Amino acid sequence: MNRLSWFNTVSLTLGFAFLYIPMVILIIFSFNESKLVTVWGGFSAKWYGELLQNESFLQAAWVTLKVAVLSSTLATVLGTMAAYVLVRGGRFLGRTLFSGMIYAPLVMPEVITGLSLLLLFIGIGLDRGVMTIVLAHTTFAMCYVSVVVSSRLITFDRSLEEAALDLGCSQAEAFRLVTLPIIAPAVISGWLLAFTLSLDDLVIASFTAGPSATTLPIKIFSAVRLGVSPEINALSTIMIGIVTVGVVTASLVTKRQMVRQRRDEQNAERS
Amino acid sequence: MMRRFVLIAIPYLWLLALFLVPFAIVFKIALSDAAIARPPYFPQFDWVEGIGAFLAELDFENFVWLTEDDLYWKAYLSSLRIAFISTFLTLLVGYPMAYGMARAPEEWRPTLMMLVILPFWTSFLIRVYAWMGILSNEGLLNQFLIWTGLIDSPLTILNTNTAVYIGIVYTYFPFMILPIYSALERLDGSLIEAAEDLGCSRLQAFWLVTIPLSRAGIIAGCFLVFIPTLGEFVIPSLLGGSDTLMIGKVLWEEFFSNRDWPVASAVAVVLLLLLIVPIVLFQRNQQKQQEAEQ
Amino acid sequence: MTIPVFEPWNDPEAKPLIQFQNVTKRFGEFTAIDDLTLGIYEREFFALLGPSGCGKTTMMRMLAGFETPTDGKIYLSGQDIAPVPPNKRLVNMMFQSYALFPHLSIWDNIAFGLKRENKPKHDIEERVQEMLRLTRLEKFARRKPHQISGGQRQRVALARSLAKAPKLLLLDEPLGALDKKLRQDTQFELMDIQEKTGTTFVIVTHDQEEAMTVASRVAVMDNGKLVQVATPDRIYENPNSVYVADFIGDVNIIEGTAKPTGPDQYDITWKEGAEPLNVKSQNSFSDGQTCHLAIRPEKVTISADKPADADNAVQGRVLDIAYLGNISTYHVELPTGAVIKAQTANTRRIARRAFTWEDPVWLSWTATAGVLLAE
Repeated sequence: MNRLSWFNTVSLTLGFAFLYIPMVILIIFSFNESKLVTVWGGFSAKWYGELLQNESFLQAAWVTLKVAVLSSTLATVLGTMAAYVLVRGGRFLGRTLFSGMIYAPLVMPEVITGLSLLLLFIGIGLDRGVMTIVLAHTTFAMCYVSVVVSSRLITFDRSLEEAALDLGCSQAEAFRLVTLPIIAPAVISGWLLAFTLSLDDLVIASFTAGPSATTLPIKIFSAVRLGVSPEINALSTIMIGIVTVGVVTASLVTKRQMVRQRRDEQNAERS
Repeated sequence: MMRRFVLIAIPYLWLLALFLVPFAIVFKIALSDAAIARPPYFPQFDWVEGIGAFLAELDFENFVWLTEDDLYWKAYLSSLRIAFISTFLTLLVGYPMAYGMARAPEEWRPTLMMLVILPFWTSFLIRVYAWMGILSNEGLLNQFLIWTGLIDSPLTILNTNTAVYIGIVYTYFPFMILPIYSALERLDGSLIEAAEDLGCSRLQAFWLVTIPLSRAGIIAGCFLVFIPTLGEFVIPSLLGGSDTLMIGKVLWEEFFSNRDWPVASAVAVVLLLLLIVPIVLFQRNQQKQQEAEQ
Repeated sequence: MTIPVFEPWNDPEAKPLIQFQNVTKRFGEFTAIDDLTLGIYEREFFALLGPSGCGKTTMMRMLAGFETPTDGKIYLSGQDIAPVPPNKRLVNMMFQSYALFPHLSIWDNIAFGLKRENKPKHDIEERVQEMLRLTRLEKFARRKPHQISGGQRQRVALARSLAKAPKLLLLDEPLGALDKKLRQDTQFELMDIQEKTGTTFVIVTHDQEEAMTVASRVAVMDNGKLVQVATPDRIYENPNSVYVADFIGDVNIIEGTAKPTGPDQYDITWKEGAEPLNVKSQNSFSDGQTCHLAIRPEKVTISADKPADADNAVQGRVLDIAYLGNISTYHVELPTGAVIKAQTANTRRIARRAFTWEDPVWLSWTATAGVLLAE
């Protein structure tokens, strides 16, 4: 079964075509001379130029980036703590509630999360702005981080931690010197996930952002509600480009590491 | 001991304050009355009057209102219907693809996997937006169909439920593929060979062995699509029409356009009640699967 | 000049390094260790042997400090170790999975424990070098654990746990992950290193051959209790129960009733044989008491004719022959259907096999060949 049957070839081709054609079209039309987004009017990069001069987009992009960096970092710290507590914390009062609160935001519709946080911020009289978006994003992203990290921690060989204790580490040292370096890839992917979720989020940000802070998705949403625009195509292309470069690089690096690891292991057995 | 306490307390308190308490507030406001004030609901909690007087003002009026105005009924039912149909369509599209990936040569699989996950990392909003240009009356799909001569005048797809289905299938189908793929990939190829050796045709082997053994993946995938679809807001508001009723959109409009916070909160509470059943079923499925693996 | 025999357990003056005193460990309803008392002496190579779930790993984890006894006390050099956390104990452990830190080089793995003691850099380097030499790993110091073979990883784990010069080294199934050939070589290496360093070793294993090879004393465990603690040869030749006889090596167990016929002399009536068996036993039995005679197959002689002056002889026919190269085991069926195993050494390369299937043969053994056990 080393070659694909015709059925599998067809289904894979159609599937990937379905996944990628819309994005390819989007990218192509971002280089369209014409303002009409559905009619090709010749190649031009002018929309990128206009985008870069659009103060309000740049402003929104800056806010979005700030929110994403802050909230994903906070979420990574909190999420890793939560994962450690869930996997290694043993029993404590309200453990079921705690794990429920970790998993619930994953399935909670964004409209509800957004609404409830907004009502909280109003209730305690917190001015809405960058800070409230960060709080909101941290809360739901930490749950994703903790799921990613705890699935790594579950498969983590506990005897490594015990070995560290046995060799004279305190609990904290064992975590810092052994556990953390080993689970680092999971923590990093948790951070990346939190970062993307924050960059991406429209609904929760719409609820929790005040007039003073508009994020890029809010901006894009209000623009595309009025219809398709070449500027948005240009913006989307940039975002798709960044993500593609990131994901492809990451997967190449992991692949290289895996190949090297396998080669090392084979050499080791032969030596 | 102290360290352990702090370690537990920090994320715990964070979630209590920013997840559970807000939720309680939603519940409480759902029981309040709308008022022309800031914030626009009544009663406000007042320490002077005490909790008794406060509780006395709360009632289920908003929930009664939800049952009386048939907009809400229709929205809930239509959300359920759209979620069901699009989950089914996603399965139809996703299964062959997951199957194809699991049967692909081993050295391709990581790349195929990356290709499936890649769109997931790109903005949801952009992925939905991409279809707006394709599905509109002057859009590329209509241009293409007219060019091939299949139709004479453009089809109205954008701003209909069809566009919503397409949008949901498109954005959620990685969620369907991943669990099915991981179930199929683990499937021992010799099981199919054994089935064929015992007299099954290819199709029978697929039906009697492959499908039952990937059932857990199928169920997980369906829930992963169904649950978020039910409360979806972006897709119906960008691709759907004015007659596309989905509860997420209703809630949004109730809150931002009508500024009726108590009704919006009541809508949220009912949506959540609606979600509990599939979530519990999903949890159960996951647990069963975990136990089976051990 | 005589070399003093190393057997501190027979010396009433000797103080054990480790003392278990009525130790009980329960996990919820389950009793892992049941009221166990044991002394392990300095420089001993002590093996805890038993099937999985017998409590041997729990004992080791209590010594390392990862579990605390529910009842009773454990003393190390006369000090109760219950309040000492694992990172402060002068005890190190070699883990079954080796638990090598994958992100650190071999050198850093070995230096890990030393660095925790804030020793001067120079001392650490010297000690690591010494450990690398001891385990013949000098060439691999800069590699990561996944870049070396399983056998080398095992030696790194050993070097790392010995680096801090612990009073006591615990080895949890240290050779379990190695293939058979490598395991045998490594057993001798372990003994060699133990002798060189003079460290007390406690090894947990389920492999009886391994325990017999390496240990000065073996403790056979079952269901959280010690069944027998003795030197390997005593465990083999003088098991104190049918359980131990059966667990260690191959054995024939014959059940019967005892009848004293003289000092340490018994006739055993058994259902298989017309004539009672003639047995000498140190263990005393009363008239009519049920007893079990445990005889190792290699102590049963197989012959074509009835031997003239054997203490015991029975007739049967060959049912099965297992040719193992160095020895052959014959399964001989007695007329009543019971099967007794007899072993012969294949001392000559070219020889016709004396017996084949269905051959009528005689089995014989001396009065002292077996051990008479109550249960």
